[in-house]
Amino acid sequence: MLDFLSLLPYWQVFVEGIVTTLWVTVVATLLGLAIAVPFAWLRLEGPRLLSALIGIYVELIRNTPFIVQLFFIYFGLPALDLRLSATSCALIAMTLNLTAYATEIIRAGIQAVPKGQREAARVLGMSPLQSYRHVVLVPALSRIYPALTSQCIIVMLGSAVISQISVEELTYAANFIQSRNFRSFETYIVATLCYLGIAIAMRQSFEYIGRRLFGFLQGEQR
Amino acid sequence: MSMVRVDALYKSFGANQVLKGIDLRIQEGEVVSIIGRSGSGKSTLLRCLNQLELHDSGSIEINGKRLDGEAMSARQLSEHVGMIFQSFNLFPHRRVGENVMLAPMVVRGESREAVEPRARALLESVGLGEKFDAWPGQLSGGQQQRVAIARALAMAPKVLLCDEITSALDPELVGEVLRVLEKLAVDGMTLVLVTHEMRFAREVGSRVVFMHQGKIHEQGDAKRVLDDPQTPELKQFLASTR
Ligand SMILES: Nc1ncnc2c1ncn2[C@@H]1O[C@H](COP(=O)(O)OP(=O)(O)O)[C@@H](O)[C@H]1O
Ligand SMILES: [Mg+2]
Repeated sequence: MLDFLSLLPYWQVFVEGIVTTLWVTVVATLLGLAIAVPFAWLRLEGPRLLSALIGIYVELIRNTPFIVQLFFIYFGLPALDLRLSATSCALIAMTLNLTAYATEIIRAGIQAVPKGQREAARVLGMSPLQSYRHVVLVPALSRIYPALTSQCIIVMLGSAVISQISVEELTYAANFIQSRNFRSFETYIVATLCYLGIAIAMRQSFEYIGRRLFGFLQGEQR
Repeated sequence: MSMVRVDALYKSFGANQVLKGIDLRIQEGEVVSIIGRSGSGKSTLLRCLNQLELHDSGSIEINGKRLDGEAMSARQLSEHVGMIFQSFNLFPHRRVGENVMLAPMVVRGESREAVEPRARALLESVGLGEKFDAWPGQLSGGQQQRVAIARALAMAPKVLLCDEITSALDPELVGEVLRVLEKLAVDGMTLVLVTHEMRFAREVGSRVVFMHQGKIHEQGDAKRVLDDPQTPELKQFLASTR
């Protein structure tokens, strides 16, 4: 029989795990998107060398497993005499990971904006950067918003892996609890439901932001 | 001094030579209609005039300033030349008023308070005063094109280039856009239009330039050129548009 009551004494551990998962996800998402927005533009219109470097970085991240990236940073940085906490390493790995995928997604969005938009901005006197910021960016994001949302959720789900370097997030909490009460099935059912809840909450938040940002799309449906 | 001065202009796309030595003078306040077959280089000529395409050789002077590739920034150029496109190219995520105000604010750093009255007046002048807070997607094609005109005028250019700006419109919407252009012409704006509206070219235009295979084949006073074409190519072209 399932015995969820055996989890009760550990509810605090669960809550702490959820809080950690949430905040590393929020920080990595905000940082990753903030970096990806200029990166996507530089990849397309930046100086050739910079564009190539960003391209290499993107391919490097997209073609290696996240856990390897995580270990690379966690065990690699100390070798360079950089001592960071496990949580900092996890944040760096998650941010680097999201940045790479988001750069590629936003780049596709920029390319989907009709060339005439950029020409109109240019003829009105805008520099390429002004044109990106004021004219191209929002329509570009609106075109790839669902993909971007999913990618951020994938990063949240992928954060389960950072328990491997002892960051005490949700999966770490679950592992800890089931090693104490030996109720692994119940424990992981609860953990699964927590992840599901967080993912749904993220999707709703993105949809809310999207409605504000892309209100003009409603206007287009005459 | 000519408002637009083009000398021996050449432009190729790869092996395809599109402009083969264009010489053109346009005086302030002139309304010049460029006509010719599809592919004769009309758009390319206009796009060279505002450096959306860079010419291979020859020279272009606008309002006494020479355009040479890198020499003039988009910002400087925008003080001399404005452009309206066939496909409107309004910014869909900006309300109509913001479309008009964006360039003065972003490019010139003007404050919203300074620009807004001007933007409202411009929209009023194209008959869209009440659309200030509408989304572009809520407007008809003719209304969008009139917003595009107001938007271009907000930068107070000396010359306005129009590339087939009524070609994408339903026939019943063409008139409202042409009336705005006519008003601009009467007010003394220098207009260079690529157009298929022969009646407009004849009634409002001061001059017609006929392009054929990358060259100016025939040009002159609008009524003279359209009523009494000299070259067989222009005769044939005019016959095909009737
Ligand atoms: N960006 C471009 N790249 C390559 N060829 C082009 C480009 N723009 C125009 N052309 C070519 O130049 C020629 C003239 O085009 P265009 O100036 O658009 O003519 P028009 O406006 O008179 O119809 C056409 O053969 C067209 O295919
Ligand atoms: Mg054309």
